[in-house]
Amino acid sequence: MLNNIGICLVILILALSFLIIYIAYHDSKTSKQVIKKSIYKLSLFQITFTILSFFTLIIGFINSDFSLINVYENSHTTKPLFYKIAGTWGNHEGSLLLWVNILVIFSYLFLLFNHTHNKKFRLYTLIVQNILIIGFLFFLLLNSNPFNFIYPIPLEGLGLNPILQDPALAIHPPLLYVGFVGCSIYFSAAMASLISGYGGKLFAQSIKTWVKISWCFQTLGIIVGSIWAYYELGWGGFWFWDPVENASLLPWFAITALMHSLIVLEKRNTLYAWVIILCLLTFILSVTGTFLVRSGILNSVHTFASDPSRGIYILSFLSLMIFSSLIIFFMKYKKENYSFNLKSRETFVLVNNWFMIFFLITVLIGMLYPIFLDVLTNVKISVGPPFFNIVIIPLVVPLLFFMAIGPNFSWIKSKNKFFYKALFLILGSLIINIFIIYFFGRYSFLSNLIFISAIFLILYSILDMKNFFYKRSKFELPRIISHLSFGLLVFFIGINHQFSLEEDFNLKVGGIKKINSYEINFEKITIKEEKNYQVAIGSFKLTNLKNNLVQYLNPEIRIYSNPETLTYEAAIKTKITSDFYLTMSNVSRSDFYNIKFQNKPFMIWIWVSALMITVGGFMQLTLKKNEN
Amino acid sequence: MKISISKIIIFSFTIFFLSVFWQGLKKNNNYDTKSLIGSRITSFQIKEINNNDQYISEVDLKKNKFTLINFFASWCAPCRAEHKYLLNLSNKNKEIEIIGINFKDKKSNANNFLSELGNPYNFVGKDMNGKISILFGVYGIPESILVNSDLIVIKKIVGPIDKDQYNEILQLAQ
Repeated sequence: MLNNIGICLVILILALSFLIIYIAYHDSKTSKQVIKKSIYKLSLFQITFTILSFFTLIIGFINSDFSLINVYENSHTTKPLFYKIAGTWGNHEGSLLLWVNILVIFSYLFLLFNHTHNKKFRLYTLIVQNILIIGFLFFLLLNSNPFNFIYPIPLEGLGLNPILQDPALAIHPPLLYVGFVGCSIYFSAAMASLISGYGGKLFAQSIKTWVKISWCFQTLGIIVGSIWAYYELGWGGFWFWDPVENASLLPWFAITALMHSLIVLEKRNTLYAWVIILCLLTFILSVTGTFLVRSGILNSVHTFASDPSRGIYILSFLSLMIFSSLIIFFMKYKKENYSFNLKSRETFVLVNNWFMIFFLITVLIGMLYPIFLDVLTNVKISVGPPFFNIVIIPLVVPLLFFMAIGPNFSWIKSKNKFFYKALFLILGSLIINIFIIYFFGRYSFLSNLIFISAIFLILYSILDMKNFFYKRSKFELPRIISHLSFGLLVFFIGINHQFSLEEDFNLKVGGIKKINSYEINFEKITIKEEKNYQVAIGSFKLTNLKNNLVQYLNPEIRIYSNPETLTYEAAIKTKITSDFYLTMSNVSRSDFYNIKFQNKPFMIWIWVSALMITVGGFMQLTLKKNEN
Repeated sequence: MKISISKIIIFSFTIFFLSVFWQGLKKNNNYDTKSLIGSRITSFQIKEINNNDQYISEVDLKKNKFTLINFFASWCAPCRAEHKYLLNLSNKNKEIEIIGINFKDKKSNANNFLSELGNPYNFVGKDMNGKISILFGVYGIPESILVNSDLIVIKKIVGPIDKDQYNEILQLAQ
């Protein structure tokens, strides 16, 4: 039943897309200033059917309707309701339907909320966006249909991968999708702008909100993914420069650059071509990332069941997107002349863009080089953290300085009035840095540079904040919060990286191990039955010998039955100053357990400052609304 | 559209990128070390775990009829499980030299491990940062490689040695 409803809905959406393109094209030829009512109506139908199709799939998952292959492969009756629903987008087919949903929702909202803009521009955006929708709908129907039917109907499903059964991971894909697929709307708008010649300042205003929305969601999605990796994967880290993380960073760098240069386009009506390139690049990189992780070219947790035919389809679509955007761009590109004063805000926005593009290229090379080498010479290598750390971290230092100073320059031209302030703050950060060295008693040249520059940015932003309370307009506040939080983020990551304690050892029940000033006592192990897994819980007593503070840590080994998998749940005690992190794994044919103990300072503050960055972004969105 | 050099460069780059992706799709990406069987091991040099002046290189392996290179660590659970087979091998078959390479471990822990379970190795080399093991195509331990006197890999075992593999090694090293 559900499969028929689902497929009918998908075909209806497809038909509506064709119809919208047809009517929109004809409407763009007429001389009327307003868009035909029928286009609005059709779009409303389209969005309704799309959301309905997604709900159909969700209902399939909630009712464990195993006549759908997709439900059969990714769900199980004993799963908690929450994870049944999350299972809808926890697999390739379902997430593709979510992808189409977001394309359609953004398409509709863009049509609805941009009524002050040029008609042709809006219609062309709608056409390009619907071409994208059609492309993905064909992919969904021909290759990855979530509504495929299975007969005879199985009695029980295969279950969702247990490491995906985590609250952070349930919301991670929707967030990232809004972020990455949301970029499609200004990809379409950029194409429409090139074709219709509706550029400059007005174009910037039309896409501004959408860029900010997708930036916020991308940032949030990446953070949530990172939180999941920290709590669930049991390695005690939060960023591994894993290919998938890199794939998510590529569009993020592009969109961050875009968000900044868009301000220049809006205020100074220049950099149009560059903004267009970034608009196109952001979505192209999102699709490239999807291609790399879904096709199985890169191995990762996101390569659901790897299937080369998917890769071929996404790659063909990607090639089509790249070539058509390149051709249209070159056809319409007009040379711009711009000369910026060195001491102006626009120069510093450009500086931000250089950094972002540098980071982007670095990550791209690190990610693609192994693939290229493998394909061209058959040599398998992997590019890991050392490469990224060496290339990227030193450049974070000047970036932080520019982030502090840049926003204080005014547009067009400014005077040198805050030279002394900067000098004074550098001295201040040097002194604070010396305190840190004194307190922790360790020294590394690069990390000290990082500390100094991060503290500089923090102090500078705090002073900005003070100024803001006296005189500035409220529109500066979100920027200050985001920049301040970025400074804090780098600072806490630096401290965390520099002063973490990590120890691996084997221990029997009843055993005691001393590490620096900590004593770990493995007291006992208990076995329990849970709803959909069996669990062995270890009881560890952690004593801080310095102040005799006692804590209990309970790491788990879970044995899931559907599908049969072992997962290791870390025991994490989060404190304001540091996290204690303990994982245990069983050693086969022995009484020993392998224990990994870590003490990570200021872990919680990394999350808080990362989240604050997005808070700044969301604040900017709400402020803009009030202004309108 | 006017044709210019920069446009040609951009287009050719894009085509190059996309065709590499295309080729990449056709390749089987699963990491597999089976292809290493029949190939010669690369030249290497490993220091002894307790004595930095003593080392072993591929030239020394040529003297042995067969060499089993075993990658192990004290923190590695399956290494404990396979240890008895290594001990049996060293007792039973004098044709096989067993070389242990201690992977990302601490010297004291490794020595404790060997004194607790017994030392089947004719030579224990140290690889504290895991770089030498990468030369051998190791991607997880335990892993073992059996080479003959021509330095050709005749068997590769990923994961702990079990009874079947133990018998197979004995057969191969006749």
